[in-house]
Amino acid sequence: MKHLFSGALLATAVAVAPFGAAFAEINELKIIAPAAPGGGWDQTARSIQHVLQSDKLVENVQVLNVPGAGGTIGLAQFVNSSKGDPNVMIVGGYVMVGAIITNRSPVTLAEVTPIARLTGEYEAIAVPANSPLKSLADLVAALKADPQKVSWAGGSAGGTDHITAGLFTKAIGIDPRKVNYIAFSGGGESLASILGGKVTVGISSLSEYDAQAKAGKLRILGVSSAERLPEAPDVPTFKEAGIDVEIQNWRMIAAAPGITAEQKQELSQTIEKMVKSKAWTEMLAQKGWANTYLSGAAFDAQLAKDIAATQTILKDIGLAQ
Amino acid sequence: MDTFAALSQGVMVALQPMNLLFAFVGVMLGTAVGVLPGIGPALTVALLLPITFKLDPAGSLIMFAGIYYGGMYGGSTASILLNTPGESASIVTALEGNKMARAGRGGPALATAAIGSFVAGTIATIGLALIAPTIVDLAISFGPEDYFALMVLAFTTVSAAFGSSVTRGLTSLFIGLSLGLIGIDLQSGQARLSFGVPDLLDGVEVTTLAVALFAIGETLSVVAAGARADEIIEPVKGSVFMNREDWKRSWKPWLRGTFLGFPIGAMPAGGAEIPTFLSYALEKRLCRKPGEFGNGAIEGVAGPEAANNAAAAGVLVPLLTLGLPTSATAAIMLAGFQQYGMNPGPLLFATNPDLVWGLIASLFIANGMLLVLNLPLVGLWVRLLAIPRPWLYGGILVFATLGTLGANPSLVELGMLLVFGLLGYVLRRYDYPIAPVVVGLILGPLAEQQLRRALAISVGDPLVLFQSPVALTLYVLSALALFGPLLFYVITGRKAPVGADED
Repeated sequence: MKHLFSGALLATAVAVAPFGAAFAEINELKIIAPAAPGGGWDQTARSIQHVLQSDKLVENVQVLNVPGAGGTIGLAQFVNSSKGDPNVMIVGGYVMVGAIITNRSPVTLAEVTPIARLTGEYEAIAVPANSPLKSLADLVAALKADPQKVSWAGGSAGGTDHITAGLFTKAIGIDPRKVNYIAFSGGGESLASILGGKVTVGISSLSEYDAQAKAGKLRILGVSSAERLPEAPDVPTFKEAGIDVEIQNWRMIAAAPGITAEQKQELSQTIEKMVKSKAWTEMLAQKGWANTYLSGAAFDAQLAKDIAATQTILKDIGLAQ
Repeated sequence: MDTFAALSQGVMVALQPMNLLFAFVGVMLGTAVGVLPGIGPALTVALLLPITFKLDPAGSLIMFAGIYYGGMYGGSTASILLNTPGESASIVTALEGNKMARAGRGGPALATAAIGSFVAGTIATIGLALIAPTIVDLAISFGPEDYFALMVLAFTTVSAAFGSSVTRGLTSLFIGLSLGLIGIDLQSGQARLSFGVPDLLDGVEVTTLAVALFAIGETLSVVAAGARADEIIEPVKGSVFMNREDWKRSWKPWLRGTFLGFPIGAMPAGGAEIPTFLSYALEKRLCRKPGEFGNGAIEGVAGPEAANNAAAAGVLVPLLTLGLPTSATAAIMLAGFQQYGMNPGPLLFATNPDLVWGLIASLFIANGMLLVLNLPLVGLWVRLLAIPRPWLYGGILVFATLGTLGANPSLVELGMLLVFGLLGYVLRRYDYPIAPVVVGLILGPLAEQQLRRALAISVGDPLVLFQSPVALTLYVLSALALFGPLLFYVITGRKAPVGADED
């Protein structure tokens, strides 16, 4: 990639021409997955690697796992060591937004160069099949009667699940600090506590509950999307039930701080080509991920909005100052 | 009878030459990474996922199963020979296994681990095939209050691993419990004892602590002892294989370990470590020659090794029947299923029977293959101990550092490894047992989280802890473990046998 820009303006016209569609436009790319192998961010990074290489958009892609602290360790390492380097990118997501605030991370998303939101999942509220709660209205009534008696099982405190539970209760006029939130470290453990009837409701991404719901063991009361989802057409959205909450647990890709506008442009184009490829569409379908591609100024605006809203709700829950 | 028809169909799938090859590759890879501390089966499977994308689903899942079992086995080889437990489930194995290896009985220790793993793996796989749906209902009915009672039982029984002095044992345990507090508290999201170091937010990694205390601490004490050291490591004394007495002393611990490991492994919050602790404590209690515990008792290898392998099969129960991944490796195998467009869950047995039964059958094959591959190699493995001491410990240091850094490339991690290594040296020097530190780090956070969950769900009512029959039963068992020796004394007038020091 360096050779493309070293020649400056004069060379651009000449340099671009020899590269036909069959050749990779970028020789090398390192993608940092700020999580351990196997998780969502790691799988996203590896899917990007797979498609970029198989479609010959980038010659050689490496994935490097830097796990820890909701992605903030990887983010800090990325920001500190790759300033101005156009050949390194990082995968991240909404979870990072919350982790940066609750961990008081010295490095924030303001320091990276966001390229695009790629995919996302919506949150769902589920109850065991034999629960007396049949609808979101029942849940709202139970919460209004005594918010402490409704226990919510979800992921770690301050994560997307907790934030959604906080937004939900706030939207129906209850102090989000009263949410009786029970944090579990793994999806399996929290799902078991819901199936076993140990907690009142579960809150997590829809995909966690889908298989159990299809088998009739769980009932999904509602989802956090703007419109009903194709994979669960019978499940109403929170908005339909009059609860003004819409939240997406998105994943994105970002470039290093301090890269030039041209470099940003080129990376954005490469990612856009990837998103429009057949291989990417197949990859998303196979993983069950929704395509929520958003780039440029629209993504920057959405990101700023998410950061502000998260800051507010974490304060309301009592997890941030 | 349907089950047997389905299983034999599965065996046919697994016995295809191509699938046998996948099982072989998996077992070899698994053993190799299991030997490296820090790099476990979860990491290996995760790294292989994108490569196996184009392979046939049955073949690659069979390979993953091989890696899973191979990793468990490789971990115990390193524990026994080098005293570097590569994963948390083989920490207990190091206690007696390494003592045996130094006394020239590394061969029987490796053999009892291999055969015990095979026996436990086979029984547990049969259990998986036959009673998975029943046992999963039981496992799911465990609430936080029951888990808390299980942790109490584990705490009271592992006091058996504390060595001769209770005060020293408790001191070590409390060091472990304090280390367990480091990091973000799951329930409140607040950082504890992290002193502003971001790398500490996720807490202390169990394998880092175990490798540091066991391997690095020991290397330091060997160096410090220098020429004064009188201990001579004998690679082989007597037969490389198990003799008649070894068999006699091993078979019951294998079975008991299996019956502890399988159900606890099947519980969503059970894991593979707790059954190994319980098995070690149980064998120590039941052993006819308790004086040997701490000096290389074969029961202390046979029981925990069987328990951790049975737990590995137990973990597959909630994964295959409900789609609940309850360990890191299971979570990645779940990702493997999803890669082929399958959703493990209550419907998997109905929608993809070939694959499920093929996987279960391949577990049998992987188990058998491990035994066939490893038993002849035992003689070769124990030769490792014939390496001159400076080279051997130099090698251990390199392995320990590489493994830890390979799993988490961070300077803070390396620093922790060295600091805990020094701690291990100091503990050894002043005769404090090491295992309780690791036990505290593993059990402390689990017990704390379960207790707080139980109390949060009951909105602060402590009576919830005693209202479940399961929890009550476990408390009675804990009381027996604590006061049993005293009762024994009161009734018979003899002092109950007390084990020797572990180190």
